[in-house]
Amino acid sequence: MTFEVGSGLSIGVILATVILIAAMLIWVERRLLSFWQERLGPNRVGPFGLLQVVADMIKIFTKEDWVPPFADKFSFVLAPAIIMTVILMSFSVVPFAPGVGVVDSNIGVLFVLAMASLGAYSVMLAGLSSDNKYALLGALRAAAQMISYEVFMGISILGVVALSGTFDLREIVLAQEENGWYVIPQFIGFVIFLIAGVAESHRLPFDIPEAEQEICAGYHTEYSGMKFGMFFVGEYLGLVLISSLITVLFFGGWLGPGFLPPIFWFALKSFMFIAFFILLRAAIPRPRYDQLMTYGWLFLLPVSLLNLLITGVIILSTS
Amino acid sequence: MLTLIKDTLTSQVVTLWRVFSHLWVKADTVEYPDVQPYMFPRWRGRIILSRDPDGEERCVACNLCAVACPVDCIALQKTEDEEGRWYPEFFRINFSRCIMCGFCEEACPTNAIQLTPDFEMAEYKRQDMVWEKEDLLIDGTGKYHDYNFYSVAGKKIAGKDKGEALNEAVPVNVRSLLP
Ligand code: SF4
Ligand code: SF4
Repeated sequence: MTFEVGSGLSIGVILATVILIAAMLIWVERRLLSFWQERLGPNRVGPFGLLQVVADMIKIFTKEDWVPPFADKFSFVLAPAIIMTVILMSFSVVPFAPGVGVVDSNIGVLFVLAMASLGAYSVMLAGLSSDNKYALLGALRAAAQMISYEVFMGISILGVVALSGTFDLREIVLAQEENGWYVIPQFIGFVIFLIAGVAESHRLPFDIPEAEQEICAGYHTEYSGMKFGMFFVGEYLGLVLISSLITVLFFGGWLGPGFLPPIFWFALKSFMFIAFFILLRAAIPRPRYDQLMTYGWLFLLPVSLLNLLITGVIILSTS
Repeated sequence: MLTLIKDTLTSQVVTLWRVFSHLWVKADTVEYPDVQPYMFPRWRGRIILSRDPDGEERCVACNLCAVACPVDCIALQKTEDEEGRWYPEFFRINFSRCIMCGFCEEACPTNAIQLTPDFEMAEYKRQDMVWEKEDLLIDGTGKYHDYNFYSVAGKKIAGKDKGEALNEAVPVNVRSLLP
């Protein structure tokens, strides 16, 4: 078997790497957060606490996996599987480096957006099937938040798509080789995509669907054991996905000075954004739910539309 | 509207930067089992029963500590030796209930019961948290080196009659005042 786009070997390697990185993020996040809060974080298990992930894994696998008797069994079990699946599916169109990837789809951008929308089913089903008022509240919030932020997410990428003239993520990276990184012409698009990405993966400060201080743990209140672990890892997978998408769409993917292999540049850039998301968690307080919606519809939507309009005008007038 | 947006943006960016700059501030954490923190001498930790400078038990089994204890975790029984000294037959502290409030130390008239800066008292079995007199009694005087209850108290014991304590006047013979 050869290591090329779409071969079984590369699919396996990418799948394993992505899941491993998402699991490692549990440790990375705790460590980084604690540095920013003048603590040390988990540093006991293994060198620098690196094996903390193993300890967490053992814990989560050996925990009692309890399905509440009042829950709707089928959708309760299905929900955590959905989020893992859709996010892992989204990774299939991400071009990691030349010759590294699962598939080069000419509708890559649309595919990612579609999969992100399907992710809303996961939280909705989880909240509904739990038969718990906190879970239901969380699911309501999650559904409203994800659906509205998807709108701006889509519109904010359209500028990039218009500039490069393709939906293929690999082509978009190649187009940036000639035209320079799209973060410069599309800075507003980048900021909106970043904000929408935080809301989409419901990370802090937009973790309103699972706001611990308000509604327990939101839609996964009733989950325990490995099912909770899947939501947990799913959230980190979403974080990795958003970071790599920002890298691909706005920061030239694997492009970079030639003294390091392309995959390294991709990893470095993505890690910068992962660290930035963790910094957001450490620094920014959570807005109220209605503030989030108002902010989205009354500010981000007009701005993203304006951005798209101006981009279109410029493309037309220069071509 | 524009100033509002500008202020919001700058405040968020400033916040992000301030938090980020904590990266090069030294962590406050004391890595406890490896590094022992400094414990203040007046810390209220593990309870001991001290002895007076002559090496006798200070506790006179007056029960004041047991009464003062808000969680009722001290149990003791008074007894007396042939010299007339009172001492506890047993003295038991249930540390699984003790809240380290120090009221017992406040209440004790003889400075017998004292709290120390030791806090490492975790046990695997709850039963092991009940400490008997043998576990509590130490050989020293604790925080008060010179205090000896019987040398200042009016109680008569072997070798010290009424009126022989420090600062104690000889008892008045009321009958001799009769005309
Ligand atoms: S420290 Fe407080 S709770 Fe503990 S034995 Fe003394 S009086 Fe009771
Ligand atoms: S320890 Fe002190 S207060 Fe408690 S019985 Fe003994 S003498 Fe009394």
